[in-house]
Amino acid sequence: MRALPWLALALAFAFIYLPVGTLVLFSFQDGRVPVPPFTGPTLDWYAAVLADDDLMEALLNSLVVAVGSSALACALGFLAAYGLARHALPASGLMRGLLIAPMTVSYLIVGLGLLIVLNRLGVGVSLWTAGLGHAVINLPLCFAIVFASMGAQQHNAERAARDLGADEVRVIVLVTVPMLAPALLAAFFLSMTLSWDEFIIAFLLTRFDVTLPVEIWSLLRSGLSPKTNAVGSLVFLVSVAVVLAAELIVFGRRRR
Amino acid sequence: MTADIRLHGLSHRFGPFQALQGIDLAIPAGTYVTLLGPSGCGKTTLLSVLGGFIQPSEGRVMIDGRDMTAVTPAKRPTTTVFQDYALFPHMSVRDNVAFGLRMAGVRRRARADRAEQRLALVGLKAAADKRPHELSGGQRQRVALARALAVEPDVLLLDEPLGALDLKLRRAMQDELKAIQRRLGTTFVHVTHDQEEAMAIADRIVVMNRGRIEDHGSPDRLYRRPASLFAADFMGEMNHIPASRRVDGGVDTPFGPVPVAAPERAGTDLVLCLRPEAIHPGVGAVRLGPARVTDAAFFGTHCRAHVVPDAAPDLTLIAHLPPKTPPAPDTVLELFADPAEVCVFPAEDKP
Repeated sequence: MRALPWLALALAFAFIYLPVGTLVLFSFQDGRVPVPPFTGPTLDWYAAVLADDDLMEALLNSLVVAVGSSALACALGFLAAYGLARHALPASGLMRGLLIAPMTVSYLIVGLGLLIVLNRLGVGVSLWTAGLGHAVINLPLCFAIVFASMGAQQHNAERAARDLGADEVRVIVLVTVPMLAPALLAAFFLSMTLSWDEFIIAFLLTRFDVTLPVEIWSLLRSGLSPKTNAVGSLVFLVSVAVVLAAELIVFGRRRR
Repeated sequence: MTADIRLHGLSHRFGPFQALQGIDLAIPAGTYVTLLGPSGCGKTTLLSVLGGFIQPSEGRVMIDGRDMTAVTPAKRPTTTVFQDYALFPHMSVRDNVAFGLRMAGVRRRARADRAEQRLALVGLKAAADKRPHELSGGQRQRVALARALAVEPDVLLLDEPLGALDLKLRRAMQDELKAIQRRLGTTFVHVTHDQEEAMAIADRIVVMNRGRIEDHGSPDRLYRRPASLFAADFMGEMNHIPASRRVDGGVDTPFGPVPVAAPERAGTDLVLCLRPEAIHPGVGAVRLGPARVTDAAFFGTHCRAHVVPDAAPDLTLIAHLPPKTPPAPDTVLELFADPAEVCVFPAEDKP
């Protein structure tokens, strides 16, 4: 009977990781289609990916958009959280709700809405607009994470800093931000992975320069190839690296 | 390094709650003052007004003769030792203590030296490189004190600084706080709800209740000749004996007339207050007569006994009897009191 829970666990993990495992495995396929039987291994497809200028450019674009939009979302989320946590504002409950509510709206709707607004304003779509879109969807998350970790301890330390002669800028730079660093880093890395994987908004809000998911999508239209598996594996590798970095930086700090 | 404080007509309201009401107080430079009172009496609000964290609804705060009512905490010559210490967890102990000097633009070397001097003053020189979470509660308390003193404030504000420490450590810190205050000459304003702590350290005690000052003065005067029934009760255990005013202005009690004057503003119903240690067997000017001991406990310096006097069988008095011979229950003692230790208040002051 003891084996049954372990079996269930193994099945659950298989369910989660089998698709990823298959994807990675067939990126080493020595053949033209990524379907069984497995032949190989070969690194030809990785070489093809790294030699593909369009893909490499898209990868770089994705990185820039992820870092930029996450930094923007974190900065805005932090400022909103600081304002709402430290000042008695009228209708602050409503404001908190409005800041978090976009989380419930589908990315498609957000993307379409932004597209309509941009068209009306006469602003052409580009990596900038895609980054803006990602900042929009990640802001509620960053706000929620930072707001939740603003406790009485920070508040009292800020009071102490003011008492000792610090002006508001130095209170934020020397006390609030360092004390909130774990939450800020967690928010930053989480929104980076979300932006890195995001397709719909990036698809709607880019045209000539595209992010990696959009480039992969256009690859897929020309049929299955182990090359797409290789790109997918690389994307997965980057996501894992970011999550691991977040783990080490955020939780490593806390343990110290 | 030190300054006097004058408060004129301070009032403060939190919504419908009157936290402070008509506070007038003068604190001479270089005194150690405690604000004493039960929770919700307004003592912490008053400290926050002194520190600049709360703008009073009415009244003025003068420090060193200058009007500080609208000045921000950063620009006041005051610093605060907060109740939960509020140390910066991401900085070393040295950087915590040096923070105020850093804000004042003191160079890195000079401020590290000054911080270490302050840490030496509180006996924590060896902990300069540690983080606050590596220290014990008592040590954090000392760091908070050193940090607040590092900028050489004129007035140091302490918000229940010893509340989280165990009794033995609290006694030691009380002595230390007092010694540091004597050495620096800075004006200390210390909030507490513990009257023993207040008496142990303060030059002057301010007793507060419901946003008002009930009484202020030296610990000795407050304990022996309190200005109000509330102050009398708050400063220590007190026996209440119902009494009444006589036509000639004297006071009648169940034990007969007592040679003290009734308060002028009072009606006929009075309360006569007597500290437990003012009741003793043997001889005295006021005879309480025979009283039966219901129980007694040994306290080292005295025996605390509950006694029921024959003259007033509804009354149970607490007496501190000499510790040599703890009386057995049902012992009958002949008890006396000293009229110099008696205070009388109007009965309507009783809550």
